[in-house]
Amino acid sequence: MSKSKEKLKHSIPMPKQKPEDRIHNFNEVASGYTKEQAIAEAERCIQCPEPQCIKGCPVELDVPAFIKLIKERKFDEAIQKVKEANSLPAICGRVCPQEEQCQKFCTLGKKWDPIAIGRLERFVADLELQKGIQLPPLSKRTGNKVAVIGAGPAGLTAAADLAKLGHEVVIFEALHAAGGVLMYGIPEFRLPKKVVEAEVAYVEKLGAKVRTDALIGRSFTIDELFKRGFDAVFIATGAGLPRFLRLPGENLGGIYSANEFLIRMNLMKAYRFPEFDTPIKVGKRVAVIGSGNTAMDAARSALRLGADEVWIVYRRSRNEMPAREEEIENAEEEGIQFKFLTTPVRFIGNEQDWVKGMECIEMKLGEPDESGRRRPIPIEGSEFIMDVDTVVIAIGRTPNPIIQRTTKGLETTKWGTIIINEETGQTTLEGVYAGGDIATGEATVISAMGAGKRAAKSIHEYLMKKRKSTRK
Amino acid sequence: MQKTECTRVLETANTYKVLAKEDLAPQIKLMTVHAPDIAEKAQPGQFVIIRVDEKGERIPLTLVDWEKEKGTITLIFQEVGVSTRKLSTVAVEDAILNIVGPLGNPSDIRHYGTVAVACGGVATAAAYPIAKALKQSGNKVISIVGARTANLLILEKEMKAVSDELHISTDDGSKGYKGFVRDVLRTLIEEGQSFDIVYAIGPPIMMKTVCEVTRPHGIKTIVSLNPVMVDGMGMCGACRVSVDGKTQFACVDGPEFDGHLVDFNLLIKRLKIYFPDERKADELYQNTEKNRHE
Ligand SMILES: Cc1cc2nc3c(=O)[nH]c(=O)nc-3n(C[C@H](O)[C@H](O)[C@H](O)COP(=O)(O)OP(=O)(O)OC[C@H]3O[C@@H](n4cnc5c(N)ncnc54)[C@H](O)[C@@H]3O)c2cc1C
Ligand SMILES: Cc1cc2nc3c(=O)[nH]c(=O)nc-3n(C[C@H](O)[C@H](O)[C@H](O)COP(=O)(O)OP(=O)(O)OC[C@H]3O[C@@H](n4cnc5c(N)ncnc54)[C@H](O)[C@@H]3O)c2cc1C
Ligand code: SF4
Ligand code: SF4
Ligand code: FES
Repeated sequence: MSKSKEKLKHSIPMPKQKPEDRIHNFNEVASGYTKEQAIAEAERCIQCPEPQCIKGCPVELDVPAFIKLIKERKFDEAIQKVKEANSLPAICGRVCPQEEQCQKFCTLGKKWDPIAIGRLERFVADLELQKGIQLPPLSKRTGNKVAVIGAGPAGLTAAADLAKLGHEVVIFEALHAAGGVLMYGIPEFRLPKKVVEAEVAYVEKLGAKVRTDALIGRSFTIDELFKRGFDAVFIATGAGLPRFLRLPGENLGGIYSANEFLIRMNLMKAYRFPEFDTPIKVGKRVAVIGSGNTAMDAARSALRLGADEVWIVYRRSRNEMPAREEEIENAEEEGIQFKFLTTPVRFIGNEQDWVKGMECIEMKLGEPDESGRRRPIPIEGSEFIMDVDTVVIAIGRTPNPIIQRTTKGLETTKWGTIIINEETGQTTLEGVYAGGDIATGEATVISAMGAGKRAAKSIHEYLMKKRKSTRK
Repeated sequence: MQKTECTRVLETANTYKVLAKEDLAPQIKLMTVHAPDIAEKAQPGQFVIIRVDEKGERIPLTLVDWEKEKGTITLIFQEVGVSTRKLSTVAVEDAILNIVGPLGNPSDIRHYGTVAVACGGVATAAAYPIAKALKQSGNKVISIVGARTANLLILEKEMKAVSDELHISTDDGSKGYKGFVRDVLRTLIEEGQSFDIVYAIGPPIMMKTVCEVTRPHGIKTIVSLNPVMVDGMGMCGACRVSVDGKTQFACVDGPEFDGHLVDFNLLIKRLKIYFPDERKADELYQNTEKNRHE
């Protein structure tokens, strides 16, 4: 086989911190491509005439075009190309589940490794962040005002697009920092907070203003936003409510929701307590219940906080784990242990009402359920007790309900998600749009961004139409 | 640039300047803060979450008073750990970094008839706006204010102004009745005073014991729970409490609940989760503060 063909087969590996080192720090695990590595990877792309990769990207990034520019060493142009479609590339390059999206469709991937699109995207984005951000041309001010609620990926994307189109945009965020899950959920070692801050700053440079400490529904209602002069509203409040197991002993000390655990860690920087004021308590033997990205993040954080042993306890098997493959591998490399086909049935406390054990039952897989995954069935008599002193419950999150409860006429599904027209993002109220996890339930960063883009487009159309009709 | 309504929303944001500061008792301070959007919407029973500085914790404090016209809110807090000590060092004209609110469900203020407002310590601050609103709604308000010792009593004058009767108790007998708030309430009930509802606001153990007094008489008792909170908007579950055997989030489902259904033992235990760490941090903070001043 020729050497060039051999080169085509394998993608350039990502340089990473060694597992034995990284479990002792919170620095980013993957350090990113060098220029040479990026160019070598870009050279693998065969520039398909009908690129399949684009189809897999919810924001329809022109993948071959930016990769071609990398190959030609036109890095500045490459990032401009990326940013035409994606305002948060340094984030997406790191956390998009590329293996399920763009890279899944890559033609090369049919036989060999697909192009490492995410890594290339990260490369050009990081390079620009180092050099200083370039602003794209902005449209003339329209005089319209749009309120975006929630500064997660959906809200930030909509705000960026609306600002580019010349609208006055204010993003209202309940927490003290913008970023949504990117800021409070995903740990530093996977997505450094300064990367999130830099991309939020980019959105602000486009003209969007961020108003933190504003819990819409309490601080202001949607009606009040209209009364205060906003012409349209985009709701992007995410799925931030933790689900609990509702098992006996769940309120014992040492039992956290993944959200609490991660908010303390990431948003409040508890891993630097007491330099930062918020504490976090991790014992020596930690069980994380669940198996999504959140569970991986909690488990790997617990390890870095000094736990001796960390288990992921999951009622199905490895095949059904919803977490990104890359993160499962990282967790395995770091020594996270997995207990599959197991679920807790109760928690046992010590004299101080601190968790000291978790009674579990083993499961077997039965017929597929509605989700298409095989249903776990408890095996009677298989109960056993795990000695643990910290438990993190990471079994999913439900939509934030505050706006739905305080807005008349805003209809929701029985799962609490806001009902929208899939294409336009419009809710059951005029001028009110929604998107991201609040409309779909827990999904991904990039799907939330896709929703933000679509909504921005229809909000723009709505405002332009309204303008014409009022001018007449 | 022309000022739009929209920019006004922004201009009022994130200033949170401290306008006045007063010592009410040893370790207990009052602060008036510029926060027009919160003043506009505040109702009795609600609270805010503040973060003093970049490294600060998010801590809940009750909205004690507010003036829409001036755009101010009043907070009263006791210095018990790092965050409240840091807060007390914020000088007049300086700002608190973040305040979000109003949070939590407002108290269910209506005409009940005769109401007892039993409160103790710094929690008198939380009881005051409720007593005031109950009085304004035409209730007969009988307040019982307790403290460990006389100089720790706060808002005596203010409570008097909004109460038909004011009873004082101190643990050491330095003022008023010697004993606890619950003893005064028990005596009133035994002497034939009837109550349509009781509000009990104070440390968990005080609320628990008041509930024990009212339970045999079947007097509905509302308590305001104070678990550890982080976000205050239902996202973390740190504030979970057990009410009628069901887990509730105090920040969004409360903070007020039917006291007879609350599992106080759980609340007390969960409040202790971080005690050793907070203590260590506090000692560290106080030492560095001391060194800074020496
Ligand atoms: C730990 C964890 C790891 C994850 N890892 C990945 C990953 O690797 N890859 C991936 O693609 N996806 C991942 N996800 C999922 C992804 O983060 C979410 O799907 C995505 O963030 C949803 O974006 P959003 O904008 O809809 O909402 P969010 O990111 O949840 O943002 C919503 C924002 O709205 C704010 N808000 C809520 N209510 C109000 C209100 N009433 N007023 C004002 N503001 C409000 C919230 O504070 C929040 O900042 C992960 C999720 C978690 C929890
Ligand atoms: C809804 C609500 C309203 C509140 N309103 C007020 C108020 O108006 N004025 C006021 O002074 N305090 C109020 N608190 C309590 C206040 O939030 C705590 O005192 C504060 O968080 C302590 O922070 P710290 O860092 O100074 O002390 P820490 O170092 O965190 O704690 C020091 C000590 O206080 C205890 N403690 C910690 N958190 C709480 C808590 N939430 N409640 C009671 N004890 C706690 C700890 O167990 C420890 O013993 C309120 C709490 C809630 C939940
Ligand atoms: S944004 Fe995400 S899905 Fe789209 S091309 Fe980039 S990595 Fe792929
Ligand atoms: S499908 Fe793969 S090889 Fe083809 S253009 Fe896209 S990234 Fe390149
Ligand atoms: S404080 Fe986080 S859910 Fe109540």
